[in-house]
Amino acid sequence: MTATAPLATGAVGSDVRRIEGLDKVSGRARYAAEFPLAELAYGAVVQSTIVRGSIADIDIDAVLAMPGVVGVLTHDNAPRLHEVDDATLLVLQDDRVHYRGQVVALVVADSIEAARAAADALDVTYEAEPHDVAFAPEVEPDPGEVDEALAAAPVTIDATYTTPAEHNNPMEPHATTAQWSDDRLTVYDSNQGATPVKRTLAALFGVEPNTVRVLAEHVGGGFGAKGTPRPNVVLAAMAARAFDRPVRLVFTRQQQFALVGYRTPTAQRVRLGADDSGRLLALDHVAHTQTSTLMDYDEMATAYSRVMYAAPTLRTEDEVTTLDVPTPRWMRAPGEAPGSFALESAMDELAEACGVDPIELRVRNDAEVRPGDGAAFSSRSLVECLREGAERFGWVGRDPRPGAVRDGRWLIGTGTASAMYGANASPTTASVTVGLDGRFTVRIAAADIGTGARTALTQVAADALGVPMDRVEVRIGDSDSGPAMIAGGSMGMASWSWAIVNVCRQLGPSPMPGESATASTRDIIRARREGPTVARHSFGAQFAEVGVDLDTGEVRVRQLLGVFGIGRVVNPRTVRSQLIGGMTMGLSMALLEEAYMDPRFGDYANHDLAGYHIATHADVPAIEVSWVDERDDDLGPLGAKGVGEIGIVGTAAAIANAVWHATGIRQRHLPIRPDRVLQG
Amino acid sequence: MREFAYETPDSVDAAIALLAEHDGDARIIAGGTNLVDLMKLDVERPALLVDVSGLALDEIAETDDGGVRIGAMVRNSDLAAHPLIRRRYPAVTQAIVAGASGQLRNMATVGGNLLQRTRCVYFTDATKPCNKRMPGTGCPARDGEHRNLAILGASDACIATNPSDFAVPLAAFDAVVHTRGDYGDRDIPLAEFYRAPDDEPHRETTLPAGAVITGISLPSSELAARSTYRKVRERASYAFAIGSIAAAVDVRDGVVHDVRIALGAVAPMPWRARAAEQALVRRPATADSFRAAADAELDAARPLRDNAYKVPLVRNLIARTLATLSEVDA
Repeated sequence: MTATAPLATGAVGSDVRRIEGLDKVSGRARYAAEFPLAELAYGAVVQSTIVRGSIADIDIDAVLAMPGVVGVLTHDNAPRLHEVDDATLLVLQDDRVHYRGQVVALVVADSIEAARAAADALDVTYEAEPHDVAFAPEVEPDPGEVDEALAAAPVTIDATYTTPAEHNNPMEPHATTAQWSDDRLTVYDSNQGATPVKRTLAALFGVEPNTVRVLAEHVGGGFGAKGTPRPNVVLAAMAARAFDRPVRLVFTRQQQFALVGYRTPTAQRVRLGADDSGRLLALDHVAHTQTSTLMDYDEMATAYSRVMYAAPTLRTEDEVTTLDVPTPRWMRAPGEAPGSFALESAMDELAEACGVDPIELRVRNDAEVRPGDGAAFSSRSLVECLREGAERFGWVGRDPRPGAVRDGRWLIGTGTASAMYGANASPTTASVTVGLDGRFTVRIAAADIGTGARTALTQVAADALGVPMDRVEVRIGDSDSGPAMIAGGSMGMASWSWAIVNVCRQLGPSPMPGESATASTRDIIRARREGPTVARHSFGAQFAEVGVDLDTGEVRVRQLLGVFGIGRVVNPRTVRSQLIGGMTMGLSMALLEEAYMDPRFGDYANHDLAGYHIATHADVPAIEVSWVDERDDDLGPLGAKGVGEIGIVGTAAAIANAVWHATGIRQRHLPIRPDRVLQG
Repeated sequence: MREFAYETPDSVDAAIALLAEHDGDARIIAGGTNLVDLMKLDVERPALLVDVSGLALDEIAETDDGGVRIGAMVRNSDLAAHPLIRRRYPAVTQAIVAGASGQLRNMATVGGNLLQRTRCVYFTDATKPCNKRMPGTGCPARDGEHRNLAILGASDACIATNPSDFAVPLAAFDAVVHTRGDYGDRDIPLAEFYRAPDDEPHRETTLPAGAVITGISLPSSELAARSTYRKVRERASYAFAIGSIAAAVDVRDGVVHDVRIALGAVAPMPWRARAAEQALVRRPATADSFRAAADAELDAARPLRDNAYKVPLVRNLIARTLATLSEVDA
């Protein structure tokens, strides 16, 4: 086990602006689709217009005659790929269509305009087969022990909550510029981690991993959809090899909706049994989600309920239905985001039923050990967050009755919810070199997807080396730096900083120019997996004030507050920005985001940003975030927990609970649309 | 997007001549805020774009009868900010500012706004059937995603809504559309400008083929100076309305003397609520009258599975807006 060791004070914990901020706002920062390469060709994908079946014919001749067209890859002529676990990457390998929007051809041309014109003109005929895309589960819990505990409870809640399909929409779409030279593959790729992209490409193309280089210096967001490779990087590499010239491929916004993943819709039933004072006696959480025929993806929406509250009888169950749909994947706080909406809404219903304040109810049900498995928590500040949040938000003295407060045409309500996300670290390699000028260069295949990771890691390295930040350069986003954890699972910061602190310490107290060191945390992290299970999580409390116009059904959030227990804060500026970003996305989830599956056509009908609404600035009120003092010696030398995801957890429930408080109408289905408010 | 030719004629007549030469394969482009999107989506495939944004149709001028004439190339932002418009037709300014984003309003023109296309998701997806885009292929919206489609004035063939905010106050205050074609100059009242979809939803306006909009006029109106526009939308900004209203009411001695009501996001065209207006004139200005007037208009509503909420929404919107305008308790 690693104890928390003292670091040089100074950089860690200070409010530092993003190092690359000026490069980004001035356009100097280069993203994956911005690297100029000689002889560059441009790809455009053609997507299936059937849901399930096979390709009968692709008439490439007419398109090959179009001006500027270099070639067309289809399942007939595309390079063969080796099998990998992720079948969504085995593109253009056979004539089968598994979902509407699947890539059936890639047109490559001298310009993006020519490529798109040719892609639009390509004639593909299909043999369609019947399909099933309808996600409409009846959530019926299996009988079990929990039924007896529920039957014996004086107070019970039994409600079904649904969340729709939601799509990750990073500002930068999935994009790759790929080049082969002398059998070495280099890709400039928009991803959350170079390591899995490199490994997967090597496996797919059957080449040595060290002949593949993945570069992702700047990435314009991912929200989980770039955590592992997506078809763009495979197609670009395939085309670059087939046509023997560098190829750039950028998915359009519309294409993103089928090709890069999304959050599965969920239907969740929560049954709570409690005594009259609101102490839980039984908790049953059943969640249904969907996956595709290509991959078993399990959202595990009930995992949240295995961590939060002490219920003597606890049961959770996740059921996954396989449909002819695009494959759902990670989206910010997979599992916890939808799972917390169900449980935290049900807890609010329980508070109402018991006549107990919603904060007090949660405090009463705080867990000493992790309810799902009895593991000890490395740290747990839920109660502190609830208490401090209540204080800051002015919760004390709140009239619990719904519909009691009005402001002009608006009914005003407030609501709360807890938040939780896992905190952990994963093996990572880092190296450090002392330059002839005495400056230090740290190399690590970390990713900065807009989080400020590059800046925070520079702070960490500077302290570990005991030098000012301006003597350290942290180079990220290069697979040649060795394997590293991705920017995902809220594990990036803990994993990378651990590796950096270790390798910097290896240099010794007064390193000489030219000296260097490389180290991995693999052995340390593996060794601690041998010990007793430790429950490592961040916790938090969310507060919302909303206005509801009952004439029109409009809901507007007026205020959000989040208080979190997230261990050591490396950079308060970037941490604050991550938490606000997560809460904003939670607001968006609560009120707006929803992809409509058309069962006849088998696709998400509103597949662009005109039809799929994401919160705008005007929707986002003053959001306040803060954190409680929390020390966690179990999360590497810094004791820092990740903050990328917890901000979205619980936000939607806090808003739905506030809408109830404003109107007296429970909103159990997201998003809370005007029609639902009007018809409630 | 497909390849296209591009011309910048130096006069309206030259633009008309280019349109005539290309017989249906040419499109007028001005701000391009809607057309370019549709070209990218492969919904529009013009062989030629005739860019009229350089033509001198960008004046806002008071007319002899005290109304205002607005050139077709006036940018939405300029129109919304113009003192004449703000003073005499506040609902017009409010409607424009409620629409789109600052960037779009800086590009979008008056003429283009009147001709913008529906945002029905089946119309904008070239891989799907749509009677408006490909006549005779059917209307998947009727049984599909139609939460924001029409409850009034639609047909079996099409339930698309006109997305314009700006056109709603124009309908309320009897705007006239000025056009020029091979026939010369012709004025078309806005009430006759939009066609009911019937079984030809691809024919959206009465603008003759090959003609261009040169401007619009708003007649003088005392009522309009006291008008308001209210837009209801799921998102606080940068979203199309799910229901909107432009209205003005003249109450004398507690009785409705005159009233104008037009609705947006409920019909294939900006919807002048004449039934509601008729139900109100010479009636007491009370909450009950306002609700009864709304019901009179909504008698004709034909809601579908997922847009039935628009009926109470519009009823409340009419009643609330008129109550606010006439300072009556709703």
